[in-house]
Amino acid sequence: MIKDTRISTKLWAAANWALIGFFIINLFGMIATVVTSSFATRWLGTWLPADWTTRWYAAAWSEFQLHDVLFVTFQIVFLVVVISGLIGVPAAYALARRDFPGKKLVMLLFLLPLLVPPITFGIPLATVLYQTGFAGQMSGVVLANLVPTVPFVILVMIPFIEQIDTKIEQAARVFGANTFKLFVHVLLPLLTPGILAALLLVLVRTLAMFELTFLTAGPTSQTLVVALYYAVFASGVRAVQSIDAMAVIYMVTTLIWLIIALRFVNPTQIVARAKR
Amino acid sequence: MSAEATSIPLKQRLAARGLDGLTLLVVPAILFLLALFIYPFLYGLILSFEPKAGGALSNYQRFFSDSFLYGTIATTLWLALPVTVATLGLAIPIAFRVRLMQNQRLLTTILVIPITLGTVLVAEGLLNYLGPQGWFNRTLMTLGLISTPVKLLHNYWGVMLSLVITGFPFTFLLTLSYLSGIDPALENAGATLGAGPWERFKHILFPLLLPGLAITFCLSFVQAFSVFPSAVLLGAPAGPTRVISIAAYQAAFEEYDYSMASAVAMIMAAVQLAIVVAVLAARGLLYRGPAGGGKG
Repeated sequence: MIKDTRISTKLWAAANWALIGFFIINLFGMIATVVTSSFATRWLGTWLPADWTTRWYAAAWSEFQLHDVLFVTFQIVFLVVVISGLIGVPAAYALARRDFPGKKLVMLLFLLPLLVPPITFGIPLATVLYQTGFAGQMSGVVLANLVPTVPFVILVMIPFIEQIDTKIEQAARVFGANTFKLFVHVLLPLLTPGILAALLLVLVRTLAMFELTFLTAGPTSQTLVVALYYAVFASGVRAVQSIDAMAVIYMVTTLIWLIIALRFVNPTQIVARAKR
Repeated sequence: MSAEATSIPLKQRLAARGLDGLTLLVVPAILFLLALFIYPFLYGLILSFEPKAGGALSNYQRFFSDSFLYGTIATTLWLALPVTVATLGLAIPIAFRVRLMQNQRLLTTILVIPITLGTVLVAEGLLNYLGPQGWFNRTLMTLGLISTPVKLLHNYWGVMLSLVITGFPFTFLLTLSYLSGIDPALENAGATLGAGPWERFKHILFPLLLPGLAITFCLSFVQAFSVFPSAVLLGAPAGPTRVISIAAYQAAFEEYDYSMASAVAMIMAAVQLAIVVAVLAARGLLYRGPAGGGKG
């Protein structure tokens, strides 16, 4: 294309970059504040704290029972990842390979939990889970978190499965493989990168999922993000630095998995859930 | 099943329509979502018409007669609509700029961070960062732009800023993915025929982007409309930022009135649906114009 060299065009470009720079500076400023504060002895009215310490991490670890919270968090996340994979991948396979009456309706059923915000469907869902006795314990939190993750796995996996040549499956059928054998020996190895990507995204989303866990968790089934919310909500009871230390622990857990996930997926996939 | 109707077995007739053993793999997922998504919604809808006291509609009557309750709709709209418009207004020009970049991965990765961290952490970070002694106010005062710290916490602006921080990356990345779906040859053709950047934007790219923008608007709006943690932590949850999700939460978990909570949740869903339907209806009008008149 012809390179535009007018002053107005250059000014407009500069203004755009200034905006995005401003956004990123503030974003990192916000994150840096939390990290700085978590290492600060005393930080009042100055640019940087008076001195540095790591004792807030030990304090947060015991005050907020982070050992238990982290254990619960990883149990919940692990269960959500495994179950959504077990339900989602076969469903995605069926949807990618078969056209059946009512398929559009089924696709709508899978799209809705991703489009409706969690707090909107979370309140009726929590009501039902409380009345059936699931809420308040780990099983309820897992069930609630599965509602958006199962459709998410399905919608991420459908394009992955569609790109696999059906001739490979037909060949396996000719040699006498049943659906189960076809899955284990042919499809699973081919789909591993896609499944890994989908499940890593589920993992990151479940770690950060506040609303559904908040609405269904009891005292012993809180995940890290819900524990952080309660700590910030009741701030004043604990030292600010200790809450910040907890926030840093949460940030590190989430970002580690994000970095691992980004090795397999494009960042935009976290937002643009499905090809429309 | 009668055999005389056709000699083809039922199994084969079903298979011809795409229903065989393999199709059944979708059944667990359908059952799961029927049980945990559709059923709770219908249950909530019915529950909302069975109030603790009064007639079937008394929850809704109470909601629309108590300004402390019906006011939350306006409060939430007053937050969600400006946030959506602002994030779209920022996202469109920046997406057009970034689209021309060779390596977008670093930038998109940075922008994914606030989405991944989630609203709770952003709220916690902003409590420090935007506070009267925080780096933001400190920088502005050092630069001499303000003399006393700006109050950005525990009011409208705190919630607004946190929604922009979590909403902008979402809107931007969605816009970018729609924009990269437009064939660059169309823009090149315009440039060859002598259209400047503004004309290319106005007559070629923007009309093609509009349907995608309508979807982006809907998704961003719905996200902003369901704001909860940041309205509590950064706003004034008793007054100016008492959003509708706080009203629903309080009804359910402070008054233990699940019937009222379901009614509020249904009203919340109805408002979201109304805006989404309005935008999508407008999208139908907008899209047909340029596609019919411009290309013919």
